Amino acid sequence: MSELGIVYALLGAAVAVLLAGAGSSIGVGIAGQAAAGVVTEDPSKFAKVLIMQLLPGTQGIYGLLVGFIVLSKVGLLGGGAAALTPQTGLMILAACLPIGIVGLISGKYQGKTSAAAIGIVAKKPDQFGKAMLFPAMVETYAILALLISILAVTNIPV
Amino acid sequence: MAVLQMQKISICALKKNRKAILETLQSMGAMEMITQDLETEEFETLDVTGQRAAFDRNAAQADQALDILQSYVPENTSLLSSLAGKKLIERKSFYDAINRQDKHMSVAKKIIACEKQIAECKANIQRMENQRESLTPWLSLDVPMNFEGTRLTSFLLGTMAPDITLEKIYSILAEQAPEASSIDVTIVSQDRDLSYVTVICMKADEAIVEEALRTNGFAKPSQVIADIPTAMVKQIEEDIVQEQGKISQATQAIEALADKREILKTVSDYYRIRAQKYELLGTIPHTKETFFVEGYVPAQKADKVLQVMSDKFQAVAETEDIAEEEETPILLKNNKFSTASEPILESYGLPHKGEVDPTTIMSVFYVFFFGLMLSDAAYGFIISLVCGILILKFPRMSSGMKKSIQLFFWCGLSTLCWGVLFGGYFGDIVDVVAKNYFGVDVSIKALWFVPLNNPMKLLVYSMLFGTIHLFVGLGIKGYMLLRDKLYKDFVCDIVFLYALLIGLILILLPSDIFASIAQTKIVFPASITLLSKILAIGGAIGVLLFAGRSSKNPGLRLALGAYELYNLTGWLSDVLSYSRLLALGLATGVIASVVNQMGSMVGTGIFGTLIFIVVFIIGHVFNMAINLLGAYVHTNRLQYVEFFGKFYEGGGRPFNPFKSNTKYVDIKKEDLSL
Repeated sequence: MSELGIVYALLGAAVAVLLAGAGSSIGVGIAGQAAAGVVTEDPSKFAKVLIMQLLPGTQGIYGLLVGFIVLSKVGLLGGGAAALTPQTGLMILAACLPIGIVGLISGKYQGKTSAAAIGIVAKKPDQFGKAMLFPAMVETYAILALLISILAVTNIPV
Repeated sequence: MAVLQMQKISICALKKNRKAILETLQSMGAMEMITQDLETEEFETLDVTGQRAAFDRNAAQADQALDILQSYVPENTSLLSSLAGKKLIERKSFYDAINRQDKHMSVAKKIIACEKQIAECKANIQRMENQRESLTPWLSLDVPMNFEGTRLTSFLLGTMAPDITLEKIYSILAEQAPEASSIDVTIVSQDRDLSYVTVICMKADEAIVEEALRTNGFAKPSQVIADIPTAMVKQIEEDIVQEQGKISQATQAIEALADKREILKTVSDYYRIRAQKYELLGTIPHTKETFFVEGYVPAQKADKVLQVMSDKFQAVAETEDIAEEEETPILLKNNKFSTASEPILESYGLPHKGEVDPTTIMSVFYVFFFGLMLSDAAYGFIISLVCGILILKFPRMSSGMKKSIQLFFWCGLSTLCWGVLFGGYFGDIVDVVAKNYFGVDVSIKALWFVPLNNPMKLLVYSMLFGTIHLFVGLGIKGYMLLRDKLYKDFVCDIVFLYALLIGLILILLPSDIFASIAQTKIVFPASITLLSKILAIGGAIGVLLFAGRSSKNPGLRLALGAYELYNLTGWLSDVLSYSRLLALGLATGVIASVVNQMGSMVGTGIFGTLIFIVVFIIGHVFNMAINLLGAYVHTNRLQYVEFFGKFYEGGGRPFNPFKSNTKYVDIKKEDLSL
């Protein structure tokens, strides 16, 4: 019985890292294509468009963060896994869902917004500050999801 | 925290001094010119397109020569040299360069000519190599390719299908030209595409032999040369060597001119400055004897300009204050600390006329929030150290770059402070090393608390900082209204909103929701509870009744007021947005711990230590870079969206003085006191 709890918890960690990471790779990929196009025309914009490309990369890091907190919480990293009830395991899985799912979706859309913002940088490099804001807007929701995931995971009694 | 006061300046002077005055103004760089259309019967403007184009052309030529030099004799540039800024040269050496400008331009022209010659030679070599290529199959032919035969024989030369054999050709000829006798066929060479064939036959049979061959795919080559192929190839190879000699000669000539690089840069900038002057000159109205310019100067520099104009050139110059409704260019003046965050404000937009410059207040919050998001003492120390060294090492870097690096210097210090407060030094490196190598549990105590152990506490503080930030923003709006003596607007838009917000916060604080977040129950005395209700209700009624006061229709007015009340949800989301302070702060610490943990997995032997060091360096550089980016982006967002959203519009035009916009060198400022 107690084995099932740890399985659920690990599934939660996997969901957080996997979905958010997938979202970030999609987003960074989309933005990277746009960035590569700009650099072909004007290599001097490399640094600016690279920053833009990296913006959708944070969701993957948030996923990693939650995954890591889960792993260290259930004791998988220290060697001695805690004996979790299936209920606790499922609670941890549920706590991981926000950053996983929101990370996936917001990563993708932040990537598209980044690609559009890279278009701004290509035409008006001096508007870099404003261009950066649009992708940052999308990220807000990933941060909110991260917050709830962290708060939930850290407050589930093990 | 100030937008510099501008004054309008008008200068009227003798035309003979025109160029000298413009050059002086240009080197002072204190005045923005107003170009206007005064061309009437009294005034006319000079047509300077010719001179200007000549200067532009010369500058472009010098630039081109410099580009060529760069591609043949690359200058040693390190990654950091872009920070070094333009080279400062003495005014005297600048004028020395100008006095010999024709000589320097002939250097530029020579470099360009050499480059052109190299390009031509390369094209020639390419063409000759193609020719040689087409001759290769015929190399074993020992007669000229246009050889037609002897007195009695004919010589045919051509190509056929690649898979043809001698037997096949003979059998074709025997079949289709049976009357021809004494035919000699040679396959000179064969490759994947073609067979190269020569046929010798009696002159009388030439027509039928050729016909028979042609029906079987025999074609004469398009290019026939009047020489034996081997001799021709030898000739071509000699020519190629000769062309290569020319290339290396021209390359050497260019390389020999590499030491002229600095002087070419100077000359190029001289032409650039002159072109800018002529561009302005073309817009200045003048009469027969006098001319007239008008522009903006910062008030503090106005006296200096006036003095120089009247003392040096006997010009009539006067300043006047600028009319209320006129949009003036914006120049910011801040103290040493806040100047660093001016680029952040500029990228949002300079204050428009009448707005206060929020740089000082913003810079404090900026550095504060940045440190909170990164919050690792070691990272902060590294950032400050690197930025500090860069500032000291490259004192002449461009001003925008310098400001940004200064800003990161301050942000690094703030990060250091927050790291000490939260006990983050490369994450938990001290714990990990102490435990793995010395078997003891040592950790540097957090001065305040460890966010990962008590995230709710930091969440509450993040929102508190956010609320303060937002209230300050609203306060600045109130200040602007008071300054403009709009007392009614101040009460209706600011005071009621403050009352409502403070009342709501006071009601919220003792509630169960807040208690569960903050983990402490706050109990207010009855008087404060009552006060909070009065404030909230009074504020709400005030907003409801007066927010829509611009509308005459009472129904619409109430509807607008209600909408304004509904906008309170915007305040809620603004405050929640500050939770990113917590999220990003945690992210740095947790990823740093992941890195440390990964590094220490291999063990503590020599190999394990090596792995640990490698993982430590790569991991922390990555973590620092990604979180630096995150902290930068999200601190900007908090300023731009949440803070500026409360009071700031921006959209001012930056002050753009008439000055020497150089590309390569800075010229030492002339001593203007004279």
